[in-house]
Amino acid sequence: MYQYDKYDQAIVDARVEEFRDQVRRRMAGEITEDQFKPLRLMNGLYLQLHAYMLRVAIPYGTLSGKQMKMLGHIARKYDRDYGHFTTRQNLQYNWIKLEDTPDILADLASVEMHAIQTSGNCIRNISSDQYAGAAADEVTDPRPWAELLRQWSTFHPEFSYLPRKFKIAVIASAEDRAAMRLHDIGIELVKKDGVLGARIFVGGGMGRTPMIAPEINPFVPAEDLLSYLEACLRVYNRYGRRDNAYKARIKILIHEHGADNYRADVAKEFAHVKTLGLDPPLAEFDRITAFFAAPAFDATAADDLDLSDPDFAVWVDQNVKPHKAKGYAIVNIAVKPTGGIPGDATSDQIDLMADLATAYSFDELRVTHAQNIVLPHVKKADLYAVWQKLNDAGLANANLDLISDIIACPGLDYCSLANARSIPVAQKISERFADLERQRDIGELKLKISGCINACGHHHAGHIGILGVDKKGVENYQITLGGSGAEDVSIGKIMGPGFDENGAVDAIERIVEKYREVREGDERFLDTYRRVGNDVFKEAIYG
Amino acid sequence: MGDPIVSFAEFEGSNATAVRIAPGDDARVLLPHLDRLTLVEVTFPAFRDGRGYSSARILRESGYKGTLRAAGDVLVDQVPYMKRCGFDDFAPNAPLDQTVVEKLSGLYPEPYQRTVDGAVPVWKLRHG
Repeated sequence: MYQYDKYDQAIVDARVEEFRDQVRRRMAGEITEDQFKPLRLMNGLYLQLHAYMLRVAIPYGTLSGKQMKMLGHIARKYDRDYGHFTTRQNLQYNWIKLEDTPDILADLASVEMHAIQTSGNCIRNISSDQYAGAAADEVTDPRPWAELLRQWSTFHPEFSYLPRKFKIAVIASAEDRAAMRLHDIGIELVKKDGVLGARIFVGGGMGRTPMIAPEINPFVPAEDLLSYLEACLRVYNRYGRRDNAYKARIKILIHEHGADNYRADVAKEFAHVKTLGLDPPLAEFDRITAFFAAPAFDATAADDLDLSDPDFAVWVDQNVKPHKAKGYAIVNIAVKPTGGIPGDATSDQIDLMADLATAYSFDELRVTHAQNIVLPHVKKADLYAVWQKLNDAGLANANLDLISDIIACPGLDYCSLANARSIPVAQKISERFADLERQRDIGELKLKISGCINACGHHHAGHIGILGVDKKGVENYQITLGGSGAEDVSIGKIMGPGFDENGAVDAIERIVEKYREVREGDERFLDTYRRVGNDVFKEAIYG
Repeated sequence: MGDPIVSFAEFEGSNATAVRIAPGDDARVLLPHLDRLTLVEVTFPAFRDGRGYSSARILRESGYKGTLRAAGDVLVDQVPYMKRCGFDDFAPNAPLDQTVVEKLSGLYPEPYQRTVDGAVPVWKLRHG
C-alpha cells in the first residue's frame, strides 16, 4: 500500500488547518453559507435533510487495518456508531456536527486519510478495481496509476471550479469491476508491444442523461498520461456547458460536440501541454509502484479446502474469488444483511473487518462500488476461521452478486436531493428474496436503486434498476431492465408506468419468476433479457 | 494610471495595451499580441465559473509577462489557486481579508503539480 512521505503528509495537514480556519470563519459569521458551501463541499461536507454528512475519501478503495479502525473510531466518537460505504468506494457519516469536522479531519490525517475533493465541482476520488493486486486477470496493478492521479488531481489549481464534478476510474482487466465506462474519464490499462499504457474513454456517466464513454485514445504511454489528462480537462473546463447544471457534465459536451471533435481538440491541447514539462519522471512512477509490490505470499500455502461445513461451502462458492497466488483467495464481505441497509456497517463491524485484515489479509481491505468490503489476500487455510468470525458479526451473508446484494443510494431518508426513499425498497426486496437457495437458483442479478434521477444508486446500470420519483407528492418507483456496469456495459430501459413501494417489490418478483420460466441453460438474468427482449417482461410486469 | 482597458471585442485591430476578457473569450486570440500587452484583466462574474483559471494559465504558458488581474467575484479562499494559475493582481468585488490571504499563502508548503507560478512540484523535490 502507498505510504505518505513528508510531502504528502504536509499537504493533508495543511488542509486540516485550512478547513479549521474556514469553519471558524463560518461559525463566527465572517462568511455566508453561500460562500462557505463550495469550501465545505470541496471537503466532502454536505448539508443533508437532518444533519451534516461527511464523506471520507478512500483512494481507489484501498485501506489498511489501521485506517479502517480509524473509520470505526470516528463513527463511535462523532457519529451514531455506524458508517455507510458508498458506490464511489468512500465512506459517509450521516450525523456530523460542523464544529467537530476539523477534529475529524485531524484524526483522519493521523492515519494518512482525508476528505479532500469528495464533493464539489472538481476531480473526485479516483476509483478502481477492488481486486487490484489480487486478480488473476489483471495486466498490471492499476493502483500506482490511480495514486499518481490522486496526487496530480489534489488541489489542482486549474480544475477546482469545473462546470460539474469529475470522476475518474482506472482498471487493468478485461473484466470491468468498476463501471469504468460510466465515468467522466475511464482508464483501462493495456499492454502494447510489451509496454503499459492507458486506453482512455471520456464522457460516460449516469445521472439524468446516462451515457457510455466513447474511446478517445487507444493508448497513452505512462510518461504522457498527466499531460494528456490535463488536456482532456482543459478542453472541458473551457468549453463544458455552464448555463445549466444538468447539462454541465463532460458527457454532454462530448455528446453535443461529437467525440471526434473533442478528440481533435484534446490532441491540439496536448501538443501544447506536452511542451510544458508537467509529467513527472518515470522514477516517480517507479517510486509509487514499489509501494504496491505483491505481499510476501507463502509459496507453500495449501490450495485445498475442507468444505464439509455446508454453510461455509455456500459462502465460499458465492463470496470467495480466485486469487493470482496459489493457496490464496479473495474474500468478499457482503455488507448486505437480509432486511438491512446496503453498505451500512456499525463501528464494531468496521473494527472486526479491520482486525481480520490485519490478521489474515496482509493488513489490507478494499471497498467496492457495490458497497461491499474485500479482504484481498486470504490464505485458503484461513478461510474457515475468517468465515466463522464474519458469521458471528452478521457479515457472512453469502449473497454476493445475487438479487439481495443491492446497491442503493441513501435516498429520502437522508438526502436533500432525493424524491423517494431507496432504503425501505432495498430492505423489502431483500426480505422477499431472503431464501438463499432461491437467490442462488436465480443467480447473478444486479439490482440497483436510486431515489432520484441523479442516479447515485446506479439504477441505469442495474440488470434490474429501480428509480424513485415523486408523483404528485407520492413516492413512485419505475423499473428499468437490461443495464450493466460491467465490460458488457449497457443502459437499462424503462419498462412502463411505475409502482408504489409494495407494487415495485411484487413487480420485481414477477420479473424474476418470468426469467426462471424462460431462461435457457445457465443464462444469467441479463443474458435472458437480452435474448428475449422487453415484451416478455412487460407482459409479466403489467400482464 | 495605465492605459485604458478595452474589452475583448474592442481589442481586435486596436493598439490597446490593456484588455479585459470574460469567461467565454478565447485567451489564445491574444497570443500574437502578448509583447504589447501590459495588463490582462480576467473577469469572474461568478466565483463558480472556473474558465478564467484556464485563460490565465494559457497566457502565462505562452510567455505573457505583464500584469494578470483576477476581477469580480473573487473569494479569498480562491486566491492561492489563482496565484498558481499565474494571477498576480486582484480586483475583487468585496475586499479580501488580508489576514486570511496571508495565512493561506504560507499554508501549503509544496504543490503536487507543476504550473506557471514557478513552485517546484513534489515529484521534482523527490527526484531532483
